Amino acid sequence: MDSYIDIKVRVWRQAGPKAQGHFETYELKHIFQGASFLEMMDILNEQLIAEHKDPIAFDHDCREGICGMCSMYVNGHPHGPDSAITTCQLHMRKFHDGETITVEPWRSRAFPVIKDLMVDRQAYDKIMQAGGFVSVNTGGVPDANAIPIPKPVADEAMDAASCIGCGACAAACKNGSAMLFVAAKVSQLNLLPQGKAEKHQRAKAMLQKMDELGFGNCTNTGACAAECPKQVSLTHIARLNRDFIGAKFCD
Amino acid sequence: MTNTEDLFAAAKEVAGKVKETVQEAVAAVQEVSKAIKEEVAKENNIITPKMAKIPEGPLEKKWTNYKDHQKLVNPANKRRLDVIVVGTGLAGASAAATLAELGFNVLNFCIQDSPRRAHSIAAQGGINAAKNYQNDGDSVYRLYYDTIKGGDYRAREANVYRLAEVSNNIIDQCVAQGVPFAREYGGLLDNRSFGGAQVSRTFYAKGQTGQQLLLGAYSALSRQIGKGKVKMYNRHEMLDIVMIKDENGEERARGIIARNLVTGKIERFFGHAVVVASGGYGNTFFLSTNAMASNGSAAMQMYRHGAYFANPCYAQIHPTCIPKHGDFQSKLTLMSESLRNDGRIWVPKKLEDAKRLQKGEIKGRDIPEEDRDYYLERRYPAFGNLVPRDVASRAAKERCDAGYGVNNTGLAVFLDFSEAIQRLGKDVVAQKYGNLFQMYEKIVDENPYENPMMIFPAIHYTMGGIWVDYELQTSVKGLFCIGEANFSDHGANRLGASALMQGLADGYFVLPYTIQNYLADQIGVARMSTDRPEFDAAEKAVQDKIDRLMKIQGKRSVDSIHKELGLVMWDFVGMGRTAQSLKTAIEKINAIKKEFWSNVYIPGKADSLNNELEKALRLADFIEIGRLMAIDALNREESCGGHFREEYQTEEGEALRQDDKFSYVACWKYKGEDQDPELIKEPLDYEFTERKTRNYKN
Repeated sequence: MDSYIDIKVRVWRQAGPKAQGHFETYELKHIFQGASFLEMMDILNEQLIAEHKDPIAFDHDCREGICGMCSMYVNGHPHGPDSAITTCQLHMRKFHDGETITVEPWRSRAFPVIKDLMVDRQAYDKIMQAGGFVSVNTGGVPDANAIPIPKPVADEAMDAASCIGCGACAAACKNGSAMLFVAAKVSQLNLLPQGKAEKHQRAKAMLQKMDELGFGNCTNTGACAAECPKQVSLTHIARLNRDFIGAKFCD
Repeated sequence: MTNTEDLFAAAKEVAGKVKETVQEAVAAVQEVSKAIKEEVAKENNIITPKMAKIPEGPLEKKWTNYKDHQKLVNPANKRRLDVIVVGTGLAGASAAATLAELGFNVLNFCIQDSPRRAHSIAAQGGINAAKNYQNDGDSVYRLYYDTIKGGDYRAREANVYRLAEVSNNIIDQCVAQGVPFAREYGGLLDNRSFGGAQVSRTFYAKGQTGQQLLLGAYSALSRQIGKGKVKMYNRHEMLDIVMIKDENGEERARGIIARNLVTGKIERFFGHAVVVASGGYGNTFFLSTNAMASNGSAAMQMYRHGAYFANPCYAQIHPTCIPKHGDFQSKLTLMSESLRNDGRIWVPKKLEDAKRLQKGEIKGRDIPEEDRDYYLERRYPAFGNLVPRDVASRAAKERCDAGYGVNNTGLAVFLDFSEAIQRLGKDVVAQKYGNLFQMYEKIVDENPYENPMMIFPAIHYTMGGIWVDYELQTSVKGLFCIGEANFSDHGANRLGASALMQGLADGYFVLPYTIQNYLADQIGVARMSTDRPEFDAAEKAVQDKIDRLMKIQGKRSVDSIHKELGLVMWDFVGMGRTAQSLKTAIEKINAIKKEFWSNVYIPGKADSLNNELEKALRLADFIEIGRLMAIDALNREESCGGHFREEYQTEEGEALRQDDKFSYVACWKYKGEDQDPELIKEPLDYEFTERKTRNYKN
């Protein structure tokens, strides 16, 4: 049963991209465990505003686990100590009375800190721009049922497509690799007949862009999949590698 | 003989000439009377179909006729034209991508860190189309009819028909982009049913249809960004539209002022036309299913420049949301309408059972079948649990008001899957709704496979919005509005799975055509410098407003005032409205406005990243929207769709329209700060469809 707890929150504060950051600890009393983690952060910010202090900057938007905007490292885990959720879906019932909770931004070379817990994830957009699409213009396309797609294939493409682009995979990876993110998109499109025409080009272009943007390489440690809020599977990385090697053979 | 024949011939000739002259005279009189009618209409603040640019001809020919005769811009000229698109949801992203594919230069803005995060992403259930893949009798006309009826006959016939017409193209387009819609074992697309329809026409991708469609549009947009045809501005918020007079002294939208949310810098952008796709204003209520940053400020900026705000009181209250649990709550979470395909909604029959549930002494599963009141199935046998959203929401409120609510606040009803689990097996139910069940369990900490879900209505979508003509152009030249931000196609109530349809219809298939009819006349207009005095003035006004806000340095946080506004909206402009409640609301909102402008506290500086300032700027507009909603709701003395005036209901408690008095779009024209807006009417004369009382009973 949910009840009320007193906690301490140890938060990474950093005034700007070039400023020196540090941890600051805040005390919060009487927090209802039915509240979400971000609601707890709201309460903390209201407290800071009341004291005329600078509130903590953090990214958030839909607060229902789908927009991929929230991005906190909570107690050493991207999106906190619960599985298959984003930070906004984390609830205070996962914490106990008297606990000190450590909150950090994504830590990854390709995601520079903007302020406090807010990071710049435009690198993911750039990878998408390199090849995360089917080259088709609006209009002049065949009927939606013209090409049957076996259900298992469609389902697997859907599992890959459920990636929300939050960046937890790269943040969790000791190499700072974005392989799971890239693999999810490549896998989705390369599985489907509509995306097959460009499959080699796509795998190469997106991987090249990933390397260029300062993400690390994949050593198959699996931290990405373990922390992925949408449980995107490592098998997609295998598929990406296969398509990439295939593309290299065709070169 | 010859003479007689000659005489006859001469007489015939004369008669023919007389006939011609008379015909000409009649035509001339008709022409004049038409012109007089238009003039009179203008003077009486009436918008005629001609002013709304609705094409002539039968309903099913209008869009084709329009496309056949509209002006187009040739490829060489397209390169010389810049179009600003504000927003990257389904409407904004699809419009930006399509315009760029056509060859226009597009400047696209979003407030999030990436265009992929717009709130369309959160739509769960699906998207409608009249494909009739299920062979269950669907057609373009039927989708049109269901949408018009679902909207309680308060939408424009021509627009809705066009929407139904292009719905099929959307599905084709999305599949071509690689959107992984759900499929049958044979490999063909699967469908499910949604509220307000008796056919299965909803295409879906698990419970994440909005996400998949948005990612499809985002991928098309990304491709154009990569090609350099779209210049993307993330973390930028439009704060005003820049108007510049043309050589005839007519004002046209020619650019925007935007704040870079990272640096706090105010920036200027020029465009030959401005397209706003900024979504709805549901967050006026503070608690809604909208994302935290969703706001109505873009709409208010358009409104203050003379664009009419149409039907602001039409807000949709979604019946299946997770109930509120505390004062600290930041938003309400929607449980997809698709759950009503298999879930059954009920409350206890006995008041004592409800009381024990409220005290937490028993759980839903403890109440035997015979003591459950499946009130939707009881009241609406034909549609049962799949009645439209407004009907389902009001029915839930009615039961809770009568004391049958099932949680500690008494403000919840059950959505029960036990029968579906028995019928289909847990695995099938999990396959269909697994991610929604997981979401529910994470929030409420209760297993919906074992105990029925608890749900309650919450603000979800706003049908009202900026008035647009058939071309999706507002009453301001060069300013277009698409998606949820316009008043468009849903009338007084939107059917499930139709928002995605409308957003993508506007962005992929309607605006990219209609905007050319405007831009074709702009090819001679050279790009303008943003150093012009009009840009200076607009930027200064924005800066002054920000300075004024920063100087208040009062005692209250932005959120605390927003929550106060939200409570007033929910209590007095919510599911059941009365003349008295609305008058009270206006008074209270005026007081909140005063409090806000004298006692808000914004920490930090304006020329740097400042979330509180962002929220304050949005709240300033929410307060105005709240007032506008109340004014409109007070004016509309009838009940229709999402607008329920308690004075106007049938004996059975159903909504009672007043077609003779209120069959019009209420367009509100801005008359200045704190002035009452002026009402302009667009009559809705139903030419093609017979208006009936909505009946979901039999």
